[in-house]
Amino acid sequence: MFVKVRLRGLALLGLAVVELGACALALAALLATYCVGVGWFVLGPAFGGCRRLAVLARRHAREWSGVEIPEPYTPGPPLPVRQPDGWYRHGRGLYRSPRLPAYNLRTLWMYSDGATWRDLLWTLLNPVVGGVLALLVVLFGAWPLRLHARWTRVLLAPTRRARLGRRVEELTRTRTEATDSLAAELRRIERDLHDGTQARLVALGMTVAAAEELVETDPVAARALLARARESAGRALTELRGIVRGIYPPVLAERGLADAVRALALDAPLDVTVTAELRERPAPPVESVVYFAVSEALGNVVRHSGAGRARVELRHAGGRLRVSVTDDGCGGATADSGGSGLRGIERRLAPFDGALQVSSPPGGPTTVTVELPGADEPEPEDVPMSKEELRVIAVLVLASMALWPQGVVPMAIQLTHDDSRSWFLALYLPEPLQWPTIAIMIAAGLYGYWRAGLFGRLRRWWRGRG
Amino acid sequence: MRLVLAEDLYLLREGLIHLLEAHGFEIAAAVESGPELERALLAERPDLAVVDVRLPPTFTDEGLQAALAARRRIPGLPVLVLSQHVEQLYARELLADGTGGVGYLLKDRVFDSGQFIDAVRRVAAGGTAMDPEVIAKLITGNARDEPLGGLTPREREVLELMAEGRSNAAIGQRLHLSESTVGKHTASIFGKLGLAPSDDDNRRVLAVLAYLNGTRRG
Repeated sequence: MFVKVRLRGLALLGLAVVELGACALALAALLATYCVGVGWFVLGPAFGGCRRLAVLARRHAREWSGVEIPEPYTPGPPLPVRQPDGWYRHGRGLYRSPRLPAYNLRTLWMYSDGATWRDLLWTLLNPVVGGVLALLVVLFGAWPLRLHARWTRVLLAPTRRARLGRRVEELTRTRTEATDSLAAELRRIERDLHDGTQARLVALGMTVAAAEELVETDPVAARALLARARESAGRALTELRGIVRGIYPPVLAERGLADAVRALALDAPLDVTVTAELRERPAPPVESVVYFAVSEALGNVVRHSGAGRARVELRHAGGRLRVSVTDDGCGGATADSGGSGLRGIERRLAPFDGALQVSSPPGGPTTVTVELPGADEPEPEDVPMSKEELRVIAVLVLASMALWPQGVVPMAIQLTHDDSRSWFLALYLPEPLQWPTIAIMIAAGLYGYWRAGLFGRLRRWWRGRG
Repeated sequence: MRLVLAEDLYLLREGLIHLLEAHGFEIAAAVESGPELERALLAERPDLAVVDVRLPPTFTDEGLQAALAARRRIPGLPVLVLSQHVEQLYARELLADGTGGVGYLLKDRVFDSGQFIDAVRRVAAGGTAMDPEVIAKLITGNARDEPLGGLTPREREVLELMAEGRSNAAIGQRLHLSESTVGKHTASIFGKLGLAPSDDDNRRVLAVLAYLNGTRRG
């Protein structure tokens, strides 16, 4: 652990240097594009490089410190399409190969995305701030690593605006799907009633009318017709039951989700165990969508898996409703191979922010998992950096500047009687002031570290180790 | 024979009263909600309760719950439950105490008044009347399993009718077989399923239902 953390610090330090290079390249390309008009073909790779570094930094924050930083980028542009005449069009230009218009589209897309500029700002600031923190990681261990991740978050997380924009896009999509599927569902019900039950009731009425006419003249025939009418009414009822089941299963209305799923399990032609640990009844629309999801999943188990047993689990976990259907069948299923059924369930889940997952290695077992956020679960709000944390970072950066480049390094130069002065402030001062300046710098640096609580942490860590 | 009827739809309630009175039953009380049903059952102590599963005020399974509660208070109270749909789950709950005197039928079954009245009488006498649809579901659920898969098609038919709660005589009538042939079939079925044979119709039905229910856990 000790070595690993330090290696990570070294990696971050190395990356800080690379970021500095990428930032310089991007700024140069921008200047060249605006002032001289020749930087366009460097701009794309420069933006792309910064973005790649930012993506890497987000991954490190997640994997090394558990700080989740969502990607803020807008969805990429569609690729240029080959026209019937074999050319590719972008704006007013026509191109023989798709490479140039694709490059233009991609670069313009990055150029117009606010997140690109935040990435760029980050590559400018991080070599200093992140570099200092990475150095502290190398020197002192794990604590600054988390601070580094939190700092990465400040610029690389999506802004509130970007988040809301993304949410609006998502809501628009799911709303369209929800209204579409609702309309399709109503249309299906209408057709079932129109072609089935209504037609049967018309026939029933006609049979009864015919029986009415015959009742005096031919009572035997009238009796036969009435018997047929009765049968017809029975069949209409059976059909109606099927339709009702498809709209909202009565057992769900009467008993709620857990028992409705148990009823499903009993009706399935294989051994199904149901475990339900629900704290309370979910809202009716949620119950309905989960019921149909389980029904579809069990149907697929029966149709495709060749399984002899299945297990359904319903439970609340961390405010979320989690439902899984596992079978001991042959596996190798995907959400697509289940036919349109699972896709349909996914569409029905979308308005609830629900997600469907299929895990099915060849040879089984197959697990279909549905997860829905609770109704009262707040949207995951990011915890912005506190003033305190920013202050600590600022103090650490300033103290490190004082301690290392202006303190320890010039001291080493002074001790080795080297003549170089470079950018070390103390060495430009008159002889008698040099040592006191170096001492003040080192003292200020150590004071800063102490104020930032670094030594306290170090002591606690040391004691904890002993 | 006195009975209490619980059904919230006026037309259906009147139709049932008419049908039952025409066949010589006395309606001690006809109610339309769960709480009323419980009160009526405890006050009237009828020979039979005919109950709709879904009743006001909640329109969930109030009728079924009231009937089950009443059976706990008055052990052996015969209950015939009617519903627009049948579920194995409810059938199991009704059969759980293993004492019989329960019926569970689709409302459609009142179309055939002869069969329906027969079922009412059977339940009142402590027998069983299960809807063919419930039995079909029970049997298809078990169809893959041995030894049920080892029955001949004719034996399957006899098993279905037996599970619905019918006597050998009634089964024979239904399948156009003599009572003794039905007897041979039932003996063969009991042998194949490994159940102890019984001459008592009611005990026999309960054994078959327990077998069908027991092969699978809910």
